[in-house]
Amino acid sequence: MHFDYKVEGGDFTRAGYASSQVKRSLKQLNVDPKVIKRVVVALYEAEVNIVAHAYHGNIHVEINTEKIKMTLIDEGPGIANIEQAMQMGFSTATPEVREMGFGAGMGLPNIKNNSDEFRIESEVGVGTKLNIVVYINK
Amino acid sequence: MEPKAFHHALKIRQDVCIGCSHCMRVCPTEALRVRDGKAELYENRCIDCGECFRVCPTSAIIIEQDDFNKIYNYSYRVALVPSILTGQFSDEITASAVTSILLKLGFNEVVEVETSVELLKEEINSYIADKKNTKPVISSFCPAIVRLIQVKFPSLTENIMLLKPPLDITSLYIKKKLHDKGISDDQIGIFYITPCAAKIAAVKSPVGEEKSEVAGVINMNLIYNKVLKSLVQLSDLEKGFSEKECLTGTSLIWSLTNGEASHVNGRCLAIDGVDNVIEFLEKLENEEISDIDFLELRACDESCAGGVLTTGNRFLTVERLHDRANDNMLANDLGAKNPLLGYKEFLKSKIGIGEINPRSMMKLDEDMAKAMKKMERVNRLMCFLPGIDCGSCGAPSCQALAEDIVQGKAAISHCIFLQKTMEQFRKLHPDHSFRIMEKIWGKDRFEKNCNKIDNSKRYH
Repeated sequence: MHFDYKVEGGDFTRAGYASSQVKRSLKQLNVDPKVIKRVVVALYEAEVNIVAHAYHGNIHVEINTEKIKMTLIDEGPGIANIEQAMQMGFSTATPEVREMGFGAGMGLPNIKNNSDEFRIESEVGVGTKLNIVVYINK
Repeated sequence: MEPKAFHHALKIRQDVCIGCSHCMRVCPTEALRVRDGKAELYENRCIDCGECFRVCPTSAIIIEQDDFNKIYNYSYRVALVPSILTGQFSDEITASAVTSILLKLGFNEVVEVETSVELLKEEINSYIADKKNTKPVISSFCPAIVRLIQVKFPSLTENIMLLKPPLDITSLYIKKKLHDKGISDDQIGIFYITPCAAKIAAVKSPVGEEKSEVAGVINMNLIYNKVLKSLVQLSDLEKGFSEKECLTGTSLIWSLTNGEASHVNGRCLAIDGVDNVIEFLEKLENEEISDIDFLELRACDESCAGGVLTTGNRFLTVERLHDRANDNMLANDLGAKNPLLGYKEFLKSKIGIGEINPRSMMKLDEDMAKAMKKMERVNRLMCFLPGIDCGSCGAPSCQALAEDIVQGKAAISHCIFLQKTMEQFRKLHPDHSFRIMEKIWGKDRFEKNCNKIDNSKRYH
């Protein structure tokens, strides 16, 4: 079973739509609330990252009885130094974005903390690809 | 298998219900359907908020209460009264007059629910200071909200404060005080005057507690009538009779919006209205909102002043209670005179409640693989349904119909749009589709009747 969502860069009003939809589905599938929470938090952060930094992106979510696999691909500026971006508190967000309560530099580390598998690839000037996996029975 | 039924105070009178679907459209958990021309309740989804009761045009939805005469089964009868009862009446009818009347009606003692607020306030603050407790702490005050979280926001059950609400602490205090006076348990009958259906459910099937100390529940609108009727017989002496007020002003307004939040340390928010609460909890669940210490969430607009069993205008009730609270604030140090504080240590030892478990209504099946198959079917069905949530199928939304279909509770031909399509392709005979609609809405809906609307204008 899979779901696809489109995300527009800069449209903060709709940030969180994909994670809310996925949350609803996981509740219907009787997934453990603690697992749902990790999926939703990771996906929400990743979704907001696309909105805040990229031009546009796609979210692909695959669900089976073992795991939830999320792939987020965006076209955007990319990340020059991934190691630095993975550090708590590091942020390149503009003051405008921070003013809206985003961009505290907790995003990527928070996604990693909530996932069982986490992979990030990025090319400057092209975009970023995130693979997030959360296991259902772990 | 449906999970076991829960006690609901809300009942639908099948003989009075006209199947108008008003209730179905306002239910925040989509717990109502129309079948055979009558409203039908999915019991495991109902949170006893009472929104259906408010909109029912024929008073077919009733809130079950104990018979008033049940109080005489007990030799010592206590009326446990929330402060908002006094806010129901115009200014000339003082809190003391209401107390006098309740005593005349047959109670031996009248105690305000908010008597325990002084103690609870301290306990909430130490609960929040305890780092072990999940933040934000969500108040356990409103039973409809506790039930809403259990069925719709299972991951947030761990945020619910595991402390008894004032109703339970005050009844514990009354029992203990009377036991100490030598009155035995079977002689004591505590009767709670309730402003809403959810509190009845909380008394009859408590969450996180074994059983309630309350012997029975009486609806506030019944007491409202009895008070007004008895008023004429009340002497001036009794009207002016001043019972020793021992509640602080701040305790009196605990059940109003911001009553809790304004007395709890840290960053607190007060939200009233069940739709507002749902919107907020959706965001909280996604962790879009953080750094809040305490949430006061109430199902009714203007909190208990807007309870479904209250009679007075909610805004006037709020004003009157604030006036009464301000009067009390002028008198110094009322809280110190509160006799309940003499039992502080005893009550503190009993203030905790057990774990609150989720009971999600959302799951399509216990077995995830089966649930996934059902969900795929729901998604396919949604491609055919019109998506306008017209309710003509007897379900509140297209999504709800699709879910009912996969659960075997409805058929795709219940959708009036799909009926038209099927008729066009000669897959369904018009007579058959007419019978389907009659089955959902009842034969009466299709008969010429000029009073259909008039009948629907009978308000509570």
